[in-house]
Amino acid sequence: MEHPILFLPALFDAIGLGHFAHQCPHVIYSWFVMLFLIVCGFLATKGISMVPTKWQNVFEVVIGGLEDFTVDITGEDGRRFFPILATVFIYIFVQNLIGLMPGLLPPTANLNTNLSMAIVVFIMTHVIGVMTHGPKYIKQFTGPIWWLAPLLLVLETIGHLARVMSLSIRLFGNMMGKELVLLILFVLAGAYFAPFPMLVLGLLVCFIQAFVFYLLSTMYFTLALEEAH
Amino acid sequence: MFKKLSFSTLGSAFLLLALSTVAYAAEETAIAGLRYFAISVLAAGAPVGFAAFGCGLGMGNAIRGGLEGIARNPEASGKVTVTMLIGLALIEALTIYALVIALILIYAHPQSATIAALFAH
Repeated sequence: MEHPILFLPALFDAIGLGHFAHQCPHVIYSWFVMLFLIVCGFLATKGISMVPTKWQNVFEVVIGGLEDFTVDITGEDGRRFFPILATVFIYIFVQNLIGLMPGLLPPTANLNTNLSMAIVVFIMTHVIGVMTHGPKYIKQFTGPIWWLAPLLLVLETIGHLARVMSLSIRLFGNMMGKELVLLILFVLAGAYFAPFPMLVLGLLVCFIQAFVFYLLSTMYFTLALEEAH
Repeated sequence: MFKKLSFSTLGSAFLLLALSTVAYAAEETAIAGLRYFAISVLAAGAPVGFAAFGCGLGMGNAIRGGLEGIARNPEASGKVTVTMLIGLALIEALTIYALVIALILIYAHPQSATIAALFAH
């Protein structure tokens, strides 16, 4: 079940890079989201002042709220890791939202996008752990009883790898499922506005899935920051 | 206790009967080759139903806890709602895992070329 029409690959067709565009439409749409977010950030900080005006106001609400929420969970130590968490949230949210428009494809409906973000979060967790605890970071994997350490090491490693898989597949399944349902409903009964309830549910799912990815990343960072039990 | 036992034996007997028709049918090689795809479609559809069943039970419990918390303490409704939604998303992820395997079986059918080649001659 393929998309009937996609705008950006059609644009690339006109330029002449059509083959690449139709092979990897998700990459092109993720570039589009990146460009959009960079332009938004530029517009928000153009005339930055103590008394905020329109764009700056909007982004202050978003970023301020996110920062308070993050520091609530991670404690004051986590404030310097706020940029990557907020980037993850805003990037995934805008990517998910793009899927609701006809002719645009959400890059998160492809497993590769999600896996890349999950791997970045996973590597960052361990970097934070080593930065904070030094070589004693391994104590977090061995648990309290010393003769159970080999077993717990294996279990913790599997658990950590499962985090990567669960983060990426949760987001992928939600977005891919939403796309499939919308396409099928559109083909079946598009004239009777059948996809409409799914679009409303899709709006909720887009926000909740981005929020859950961000929240789980925050909790993993918190677990890496805190002392071993 | 008796009711539960008889229900489960009835259910498993029915399942066994349904699956045994697959084995007892007389088949040529081509139909035998197609059985792989037929069973993979069945394996894609049925488990998503079971996963949705378990997910429904779990989410019902989660929402019950959330509503009791809000009813007991309406001032904390913001925090309770946020925590409940996060819990719901995590429970839903388990059903999504089953859906992803179903999608893999239908759209990215692995080993299908090998199996089709096995039955081709």
